[in-house]
Amino acid sequence: MPSSAPFSKTLFYISDQAFFLRSFFRNLFRRGFEWDELFHQLYVIGYKSIGIVTLTGFILGIVLTLQSMPTMKEFGAESFIPGMVSVSIIREIGPVIIALICAGKIASSIGAELGSMNVTEQIDAMEVSGANPIQFLVVTRILACTIMIPLLTIFADGMALLGGFVASSMNNGTSMQLFFTKALTILDFSDVLPSIIKTVFFGFTIGFVGCFKGFAANGGTASVGTAANSAVVTASIWIIIIDGIVVQVSNSLLYS
Amino acid sequence: METAIVIEITGLKKKFGDKEVLTGMSLLLNKGENVVVIGKSGSGKSVAIKCIAGLLTQDEGSIKVFGEEVKDMNEEQLKAMRHRIGFLFQGAALYDSMTVRENLSFPLKRILKIKDKAEIESRSIEVLQAVGLEDAIDKMPADLSGGMRKRMGLARTLILKPEIILYDEPTTGLDTITSKEISRLVLDMQERYQTSSVIITHDMPCAKITADKVMVLNEGKCQAEGTYEELENSSDPFIQSFFK
Repeated sequence: MPSSAPFSKTLFYISDQAFFLRSFFRNLFRRGFEWDELFHQLYVIGYKSIGIVTLTGFILGIVLTLQSMPTMKEFGAESFIPGMVSVSIIREIGPVIIALICAGKIASSIGAELGSMNVTEQIDAMEVSGANPIQFLVVTRILACTIMIPLLTIFADGMALLGGFVASSMNNGTSMQLFFTKALTILDFSDVLPSIIKTVFFGFTIGFVGCFKGFAANGGTASVGTAANSAVVTASIWIIIIDGIVVQVSNSLLYS
Repeated sequence: METAIVIEITGLKKKFGDKEVLTGMSLLLNKGENVVVIGKSGSGKSVAIKCIAGLLTQDEGSIKVFGEEVKDMNEEQLKAMRHRIGFLFQGAALYDSMTVRENLSFPLKRILKIKDKAEIESRSIEVLQAVGLEDAIDKMPADLSGGMRKRMGLARTLILKPEIILYDEPTTGLDTITSKEISRLVLDMQERYQTSSVIITHDMPCAKITADKVMVLNEGKCQAEGTYEELENSSDPFIQSFFK
């Protein structure tokens, strides 16, 4: 007879996440919001990620421009490069790549930090003192991710366009004004809005997965590593799934 | 004069998966009393005090703290109960991203809602002086030794002026001299702050110093109970094994 253990384990896992999500929303609007901790997390998650996001965005723009240049040249369509770069960066590549980078940097860091607090009983200590660990640790981190990932993505998109301009300028001598005029005039509402909306979901997912995995770590120090690793893998998978869903939904709403 | 019971546990059962950890434990803690619970590793000592604090929920049995059943408490009642009890964790569980000062102000700001910096400072200094750590106020937990961490954990517990303190292995991992210092500190704090305590340990010198009453836990239930001297003179080989 086939065992039902994996099935029931999956159900427990899903119900644990549902309870965790519920406790996030219940504590989101509760009195005693931890503003200081939120600002601290905005700094840690946002400001401290600017370096990697700048570098990634800038190089992404250069590479995309350089990769498309030979083919576009072949068809005599070099003048379309700025538009092509901006549409592909802003609609798809920028949000997804930055979200994946942030999943690696932020979800793992939250998973490891909360996992370590969990195994050293710091979260229990918080709870037993009468403080609210969900409000202090979880709400602030998830909100900070939800706010900062869209901002980091917008910033990275800007850096990618700058990178595209540098590559284009070095190869074709394109002026900055021409590059950015062509890059920005091609964009419209249907390119930008779905892109920003999905980064909000990406940010929430990165924060939620990191916190959930951290709180689920309970098997000694080894589970801290597992929590960090699992947070990255799970957040990355969810980013790809959410991307697919948002593209499908936005296409059917905006282009049908 | 009738003695007030602050914790009353009867028939406590708890299992994790198929493993039964507590199989019917009972315990009575009177006001102002120190009860030491001894037992082998894995005998369910720590699980029992986590059930008292509401960190774990028992499968069967009753835990009454200040006369109220813990498992029937709602979130607010549990918070109010936790306000009156303190918990010293085995590893002290200091918030390692915060300084000693921030560790102490954390519960004051959130539980007692104290905003006045001068009052937070004076309360912090008072408990640090009580545990002999007033010079460590700006240190990070990582800069403290094992004994200092335990003292600091005790200071953070005392800052809310609890009526009951639950100690989970307060001397584990410490050298003999520091263990004795911490054990005497536990006793000092009981006298100074008039607390009642449940002390989980397998360190017999600690039990000797701190216990008004000792309870021996075996296979998840109470095997014997009495004063330290009574149990020391017991003829039961299992109980004797702790004293040899």
